[in-house]
Amino acid sequence: MNTQIVADRELAAASLATMWKIRRFEEAVEDLYGRGLMHGTMHLSIGQEAVPTGACLALNKDDYITSTHRGHGHCIAKGADMERMMAELLAKETGYCRGRGGSMHIADTETGNLGANGIVAGGIPIATGAALSAKMRGTKQVAVSFHGDGAMGEGAWHEGVVLAAMWQLPVVFLCENNLYGMSMSSEKAFNLDQLSDRAKGYGIPGVTVDGNDVQAVYDATKEAVDRARAGGGPTFIEAKTYRWRGHSKSDKNLYRTRDEIDEWRGKDPIPHFEALALAAGGLTQADIDAVRDNVRTELRSAVQRANAAPDATADDLLSAVYAR
Amino acid sequence: MTIETTAAQPAAAPATAETVTMTYSEAIRDAMRIAMAKDPAVFIMGEDVGTYGGAFGVTGELINEIGPDRIRDTTISELGIMGAGVGAAMTGMRPIVEIQFSDFTAQAMDQIANQAAKIHFMLGGAVSVPMVIRAPGGSGTGAAAQHSQSLEAWFVHIPGLKVVMPATADDAKGLLLSAIDDPNPVMVIEHKLLYKTSGEVRTGDIRTPLGVAAVPREGKDLTIIATGVEVSRALEAAEILAADGIEATVVDPRTLKPLDSDTILRTVKATGRVLLVQEAVRTLGFMSEVSAIISESDAFGYLRAPIKRLAGLDIPIPYAPKLERASVPQVEDIVAAATDLVRKW
Ligand SMILES: Cc1ncc(C[n+]2csc(CCOP(=O)(O)OP(=O)(O)O)c2C)c(N)n1
Ligand SMILES: [Mg+2]
Repeated sequence: MNTQIVADRELAAASLATMWKIRRFEEAVEDLYGRGLMHGTMHLSIGQEAVPTGACLALNKDDYITSTHRGHGHCIAKGADMERMMAELLAKETGYCRGRGGSMHIADTETGNLGANGIVAGGIPIATGAALSAKMRGTKQVAVSFHGDGAMGEGAWHEGVVLAAMWQLPVVFLCENNLYGMSMSSEKAFNLDQLSDRAKGYGIPGVTVDGNDVQAVYDATKEAVDRARAGGGPTFIEAKTYRWRGHSKSDKNLYRTRDEIDEWRGKDPIPHFEALALAAGGLTQADIDAVRDNVRTELRSAVQRANAAPDATADDLLSAVYAR
Repeated sequence: MTIETTAAQPAAAPATAETVTMTYSEAIRDAMRIAMAKDPAVFIMGEDVGTYGGAFGVTGELINEIGPDRIRDTTISELGIMGAGVGAAMTGMRPIVEIQFSDFTAQAMDQIANQAAKIHFMLGGAVSVPMVIRAPGGSGTGAAAQHSQSLEAWFVHIPGLKVVMPATADDAKGLLLSAIDDPNPVMVIEHKLLYKTSGEVRTGDIRTPLGVAAVPREGKDLTIIATGVEVSRALEAAEILAADGIEATVVDPRTLKPLDSDTILRTVKATGRVLLVQEAVRTLGFMSEVSAIISESDAFGYLRAPIKRLAGLDIPIPYAPKLERASVPQVEDIVAAATDLVRKW
């Protein structure tokens, strides 16, 4: 039986803080973008915060993750610095990629984050490779590949999982099934009751959990990670959740109903977690308020400092292409 | 080796002189609507082309007019979509495959390069692959390195493919209709920054033939040859140059393969100076080939100045707006290079 997160003051506060950080960070991004202060494109994971929060709680700092175009949450949950993330989105020299990558390419190697990815399923074989490396180096590290339901249509998904299964690599394929890949419903796309049914065909364990429940995601990830570390090979996890916002700014939400969106807004993972923590006695209302206030302050200062940082410079573009 | 000609173009329907103003993406949609009305074998397949209307809104509401059978939403499976296009094209259909960003042709490359392009030749002409691939390329939207490339040279480098880069709304329509007629796989590289630009577009079932360059402006001092989004930048630059007493000819090849070398060489001979402008990275870009064609021809003897290339830096496209802008030729870069060419030589 795993730790009950909501009953543990420290874990509960940390998990709640992570979810609020993701929510507030993305609300700030949305606001800056809306006011024309941020450019490019963006993909928000508002509503999905419990997945990276629960999953990363089961990981060590030196465990690896690969992430996606919708990667702010993974990045924050693995321990990235919001100021450097915000600086990246604001095209600053102090950003994680020195303004060269933007939202879709943030990596934080210090916390094991091998990067967001602009290519759907691009990170899946990379996670397989990181797990291969961990196994060959004998480090006991584990890799978690966050990916969307839509990524399961890509050949790269199949090939990455096949190799991991053959070599019994320490990798967890964690699908955030937010019910759509852009406008394609995952129910229509894949002839499966549950996406985890697919795992059997690859000869690996598969499980479906409530992706809006931190504990459920944590438990499934913990079990998979423990197995992987012990040499038991890869696992597939489907975490069912929902993206509240459009796919990106070009989305007119024509493929889903207002009712559906409202229904899922009613399943907001944050108040759900707060209620559980109150009931379990892990957090008091004062604790909950303090977490929220602290995150707000932290984020506000992250945005301010990021804004004040110097703009990315074009001086050494040509010399930045090859490693030396 | 002979320079490819444009002989076997299907006859275009009688061109009406009538035009209407529409955007580049409306013009593409108009072409697809016309082709689908005429030929039940034509259909569209791609990610989010249905209800969503396409990542850039190009298919728009076509699904409401034509239905999901022929405006076919797919899973996120570029290789599968491309292969399904090849198979359908080999067996009597005329698919238009939309790839959301030309960068994702990388996922589909086996089906493009090893299958679609080679099947007709490899199988001794027994079958052909009348497929159109539509994909937006180019930078300028802040989408960074994996969503902003100009990859036309990849495709021109594969015998068996035709490659088209429309720079105006009218050409977007006319070239696409020609591509749909063509019995070969045709790669149509659209430009994201052009989708919302408007122009006069001929109405009805019109054609812009493959393999015929456009010369949207003639001047005596130099020839600027540009592709894709750089065509409008070259024309803007030409206006500025004219104010400074420099008269530029602007050539838009429109079709990269087959290439209208005749028009290129004729205009180069007439001006004696040539500036080649592409958004794609410099090394082994399409303009390297144009430069070689000029150098190997009798136009070489007419040159008063060395051939000059303006191209994207040899780097992945960066995210920061200033850096992104600095990575590819802008109007002021064209003006500066042209002025230099004319004043120095
Ligand atoms: C290879 C590739 N194909 C298509 C796209 C365009 N695209 C970006 S995200 C996306 C949907 C991805 O769906 P899913 O994997 O479910 O992730 P979600 O957006 O729901 O988080 C698409 C089609 C892409 N970036 N890369
Ligand atoms: Mg999804």
